[in-house]
Amino acid sequence: MNSKKTLIVSHAPFWHDGSGIPERSYHAIIAALPAAVVGIAYYGVPALGVICLAMSTAILWELLLNYASKRPITVANGNAALIGLLLAMVLPASAPWWLVVVGTFLAIVIGMQIFGGLGANPFNPVALAVAILMVSYKTHLDFDAGLVNFSLSFPSMTDPLAALKAFGPAAVEHLNLVDLFMGRQVGGLGSTCGLALTLGGLYLIVRGIIRWEISVAFIAAVFVTAMLFYMVDPTRYASPLFHLLTGYTLFGAFFLATESSSSPVNFVPMLIYGALGGVMTVLIRNIGAYVDGVIFAILLINLINPLVDKIRPKAIGKAA
Amino acid sequence: MRKRSFFGLSTPTFHYELATESLADPVAIPTPETLTLYIKKELKRSGGDLKVGAAVKTGQRLALSEGDTACAIASACGTICAIEPFLADYGQTWTAVTIQTDGSDEEDAAFAEASQAPSLETLKQYLAACPGEPDVAPLMDPRWPVTTLVIYGGNADLLIDTSLHVFKQNAEAVNAGIEILRKATGIEDIVIVVPEESVQNYSGHLDARIQAVPSQYPQAQPLMVLYHLTGRLPDEKGMAAMGIHFIRAEAVAGIGQAFSTGRLPVEKTIAVIDKQGKKHLARAKVGTPVGRLLKTFGVEINDQDKIIFGGPMTGNAIYSESQPIGLDTDGILVQDRNAIPLYSDYPCINCGDCVRICPANVPVNLLVRFLEAGQYTEGADLYDLYSCIECGLCSYVCVSRIPIYQYIKLAKYELGRITSAEEIDEQ
Repeated sequence: MNSKKTLIVSHAPFWHDGSGIPERSYHAIIAALPAAVVGIAYYGVPALGVICLAMSTAILWELLLNYASKRPITVANGNAALIGLLLAMVLPASAPWWLVVVGTFLAIVIGMQIFGGLGANPFNPVALAVAILMVSYKTHLDFDAGLVNFSLSFPSMTDPLAALKAFGPAAVEHLNLVDLFMGRQVGGLGSTCGLALTLGGLYLIVRGIIRWEISVAFIAAVFVTAMLFYMVDPTRYASPLFHLLTGYTLFGAFFLATESSSSPVNFVPMLIYGALGGVMTVLIRNIGAYVDGVIFAILLINLINPLVDKIRPKAIGKAA
Repeated sequence: MRKRSFFGLSTPTFHYELATESLADPVAIPTPETLTLYIKKELKRSGGDLKVGAAVKTGQRLALSEGDTACAIASACGTICAIEPFLADYGQTWTAVTIQTDGSDEEDAAFAEASQAPSLETLKQYLAACPGEPDVAPLMDPRWPVTTLVIYGGNADLLIDTSLHVFKQNAEAVNAGIEILRKATGIEDIVIVVPEESVQNYSGHLDARIQAVPSQYPQAQPLMVLYHLTGRLPDEKGMAAMGIHFIRAEAVAGIGQAFSTGRLPVEKTIAVIDKQGKKHLARAKVGTPVGRLLKTFGVEINDQDKIIFGGPMTGNAIYSESQPIGLDTDGILVQDRNAIPLYSDYPCINCGDCVRICPANVPVNLLVRFLEAGQYTEGADLYDLYSCIECGLCSYVCVSRIPIYQYIKLAKYELGRITSAEEIDEQ
């Protein structure tokens, strides 16, 4: 009976549903790809260049930090590649190479690794990096200035949100909502095609990778808040559908606000978190100084995440 | 093993086995050459009254020294061939007694005499080391009088239905056991917990209140049953402080049988689930090496396979085929090396899957951060450690594959140790 066979011993449970971090990252990349491909189709090789550079440098930054901090190599889990891809998608196709490299440094190193890496980041790394780039290199993130040398077949050659901010709703009245939904507008290279973003977002929701409550609350709040402004004065504020289909709204709702470690997990907090993001987005756009408020709104809700997530159902069996 | 559905948005649901299909009678495993029994007490260097070479009879009480309450009941006749220390879960040190069997079947007379007058003392002396392990000590603790006795007839894990099977086969013995317990303890309120599908089979037949539990996992986990019964869950003082005590139906049947026949039960019914998921039922003496059972059913064990005592959600993996069938081994689950899920050392990414699947509303994502750092008291005070009903579903869905269930069990064990150390200090 004294066999020398080595058995594997581990803790219960002995079943697992098979989910894992690499699967999550790669499925999120798959979901983001359609919108990125639309960007490549519109802007051509420069867009492809930005995407490739962002993904590769994001992976390299993480590898470098892994070596520097003498931690296990984690680049294979796809998280750095995902962050690189998402960052590229919010940049204009005209972004210079150094901007992309600085951007991925900010996202991977400042946004994530110095907090302890995956799961420890208090802010969405992509939103944090873009916010720093937006205030530091204003002109390079100005879509109108950046894309002036591109020959695009869009109905309008200006960023709809910038036009709205500068000239009021009359300047964007001629824009067709279907064109906006199909991504025929000036903006981030992968964040304008509402159709592709929505498909990707629905895929992530169905697969259970992102929490639908956050996306739905975010979109609903953008719509309702913009609707209130529109009802007050349609000559000064754009229609709610215009706000939904321009800028980073859908990209933020499906890919940025839903990032796991910087968002809440309980039902009511998820709704508050998402809704607050939507409200802040429209407030910044309509009465704030910035053209697009999504990035700052998301950083702001990341900040309140630990606080709102304290609203949770009472655990069973506790004495009243 | 059930995998995550493509539609990850849906929550996985599991159901307990109900022992409804008429299972073939258990295969009787003959008495092996050696049996190993555990005495839940540390082996002192000076040895004790138990000596290597001593002859033992079936049903004989084996204790390290005369006055000990911790003991083992010899499950066959033979001679003691080894007494060794054994390292059990959480680093507890027990004593393993190995008996070389001689094939004869002579019954020790001590229990037959003691069984004339059923008392708690007799139960504690003899039955506490019989299959089902009825823990009698809390019933005798004057600090917390027990007012409700719960007889647990369900299965505490998936795939395995031995407990229910034994209950169904021995309903009369259970009834006799209830009578003895009632006499010995004076407790009036006795509750029997059965799956709701089979309530009609028992109501009216048993001399106790029937409580039905849903067959969806984890509604029949003992702690969940306790919550359904009382609306509360035990803290670090344990269940006894709530005036309630659990006894397994198998143990009650054992008590009934022992007192009506004068012989102690020394056999266990065990479900063996092989690598293909097929279930076999066996009946073997306590202490039989696992390898013996697996050989009987033609289960081949290779390097890096996994053998589990208990079910897939809450069982214990063992490290050798020569480990014996214990008093609480209801099932043996064998996993092929290719079917073993791999673990990772990723941190929690706060995806919230555990929070959504938790039947007890425990904020698992926050709790696990404290438990990982060894801050058990904070976990208990701030993040509802004692609301956990120990079902293991959080670890089943964990994307980072963190051993959450293990952390929780360890935290409860460590806090329980601190509490009992404080109580000893106060005395």
